[in-house]
Amino acid sequence: MSASLRLRAGLLSLAIFAAFLLLWQVAVSGVDKTETMDPEYAALMGQSATTGKSAMPGPLDVGATIWRHLKDPFYDRGPNDKGIGIQLGYSIGRVALGYLLAVAVAIPVGFMIGMSPLMSQALDPYIQILKPVSPLAWMPLALYTIKDSSLSAIFVIFICSVWPMLINTVFGVASTRKEWLNVARTLEVGPVRRAFTVILPAAAPTILTGMRISIGIAWLVIVAAEMLVGGTGIGYFVWNEWNNLSITNVITSILVIGLVGMVLDQLLARAQRLVTFPE
Amino acid sequence: MALFDNPFGSRRRFGRRGCSCGAHASQAEHEAATGDTAITRAVEQSMLRAVFPHEVERRAFLSSVGAATALAAISQILPTRFAAEAFAEAGKPEKTDLKVGFIPITCATPIIMAKPMGFYEKQGLNVDVVKTAGWAVVRDKTLNKEYDAAHMLAPMPIAITMGLGSNPVPFAVPAIENVNGQAICLANKHRDNRDPKNWKGMKLAIPFDYSNHNYLLRYYLAEHGIDPDTDVQLRSVPPPEMVANLRADNIDGFLAPDNVVQRAVYDGVGFIHILSKEIWDGHPCCSFSIAQETVQQMPNATAALLRAIMEATAYASKAENRKDVAAAIAPANYLNQPLTVIEQVLTGTYADGLGNVKKDPKRVAFDPFPYESFAVWTLTQMKRWGQIKGDVDYKAVAQQVYRATDAAKLMTQAGLTPPEVTTKTFVVMGKTFDPAKPKEYLDSFAIKRAS
Repeated sequence: MSASLRLRAGLLSLAIFAAFLLLWQVAVSGVDKTETMDPEYAALMGQSATTGKSAMPGPLDVGATIWRHLKDPFYDRGPNDKGIGIQLGYSIGRVALGYLLAVAVAIPVGFMIGMSPLMSQALDPYIQILKPVSPLAWMPLALYTIKDSSLSAIFVIFICSVWPMLINTVFGVASTRKEWLNVARTLEVGPVRRAFTVILPAAAPTILTGMRISIGIAWLVIVAAEMLVGGTGIGYFVWNEWNNLSITNVITSILVIGLVGMVLDQLLARAQRLVTFPE
Repeated sequence: MALFDNPFGSRRRFGRRGCSCGAHASQAEHEAATGDTAITRAVEQSMLRAVFPHEVERRAFLSSVGAATALAAISQILPTRFAAEAFAEAGKPEKTDLKVGFIPITCATPIIMAKPMGFYEKQGLNVDVVKTAGWAVVRDKTLNKEYDAAHMLAPMPIAITMGLGSNPVPFAVPAIENVNGQAICLANKHRDNRDPKNWKGMKLAIPFDYSNHNYLLRYYLAEHGIDPDTDVQLRSVPPPEMVANLRADNIDGFLAPDNVVQRAVYDGVGFIHILSKEIWDGHPCCSFSIAQETVQQMPNATAALLRAIMEATAYASKAENRKDVAAAIAPANYLNQPLTVIEQVLTGTYADGLGNVKKDPKRVAFDPFPYESFAVWTLTQMKRWGQIKGDVDYKAVAQQVYRATDAAKLMTQAGLTPPEVTTKTFVVMGKTFDPAKPKEYLDSFAIKRAS
């Protein structure tokens, strides 16, 4: 039953994809303008102006571009032109750094706040205010104070991914079952041991949920941040290709960004499954 | 205040003893030791007046922070030693790995081409030219010292030096990148709307607030009776994003650097209304800018860098080299544009977007010499549109930022012939600008914000 459902879902997925590609091809293949032009003038103009070819690329163009990038993902032709693999490497490196910093701060702090209802209530308004701030709003402040664009990008990832983790850790720690804490107390378990053997396992699924939300945010932020500070990374790649009005490359990078985001999310989903326990 | 008064004269009233730097027993001894002359003080004074135009504010500032701090802050803006002295001892570069930022437009041609065509290498430098997202980012990265020098719009170093839109940091323009090479581009739907008098309500884009594009477009509109502040909307859009915005119908047109204009034509979204040389033939557009502090710290490296820029500019100015230059700067690492677009800009044989092929070999020209009068004109326009309030000592600021004397020295070192004068008059839309009479020039405009 479940196997046949999976098969049917897979087939439907493929059908949707095929229909989408067909629609796309039809939508962009319209050639409507064929007015005659002075050949000397036409030689100086782009294809979309001379043949009326749509500026939007078709699936075949995008496929060819993806293949070109996949064939040689690690070329390096100077500081402003690197392969998509190198750009992704830079982005993932920045995300990893900012994200790990956020983990290192959010989980211990969240633990401390969560174990004290007083702190929890006192700090709540600040967290609520800072949480919804857009990453790009932090950027000018970061650039002005840190005075280094790549550190600023990392800081922005840190500041944006720290809040979901912090809130989830606080929530997970605070909602550890009273019975378990009471049992620990009757057995005279010390506070440190109680934190690691009772509260941490109890809060782990909630914490991991927070971490999963955060990695998603971090990956969203990096593209925006790199578009702004430039230099390297997949965000810069998108910006650079947009300047060239190369929509094929922009679509390619959208696909790549989506794929990497999915992989990161799946990694944390797997980790989450490891710590989940039945009640 | 008389011209040669010490601008920090009020400090004695605060009971401070000794000189302005604190290292000498008296101001006279300080001047003897450091060579501070009346001329230097005149410059200091004019700068102080530019920063604090009102006497009352100036005195309030001096009394609130103390004269020593005031002097420190002002001498930040005013290194008393001119860079020319530093360049005199040509020697080994202090640092050979340099970073220079640029915006991907043809104005940056000399900065960019010097890399692939080996002009930096020839001076023993290993320069990375780094593409940057917008003018504000270039400014911030240069202020942060991430870049050793950068491609900036010609008015930006003046604005930075005077603290307009950023903290005041003294900057220098030892070389202009290009003259001309801009154009007004309109969306195709305005093909039959060529008279600026009918442009009320349009949304037009400029690259940056502190750009000659802004001042030229405002000038052009005002000459046709359109008030650029109330009759049209002027938006600051980074050049690379302009074509996308024009296509999306976010704007009706723009006065923008070339290759952006030509790209709009190439993609069939706009046409060239006029070239900027039709407004002012020979106007400066972009500059090679460097913090004065950087010049002081590494005079030899700066001089080597500038010699490379001067030579590249001289090479680019020759029509027969233009095709090679276009091929060198078009790839993805630099401008990332179709080769034909760059060639049309540089050779001056171009499609105008209306079905004609035009030939104008002077569409863009490369002339590194930073005439001081360029800066004076820019200052009159900054004041005209209310970017500067109060009195300005045009000449002092111009000399401080546009280093014509230094440029002449470097051009000679690079085996080129500099012009004999550091200032010249020119004509903007039929009106002669006399750099000696900026105030009268400013007063002659009907549409302006300055009081």
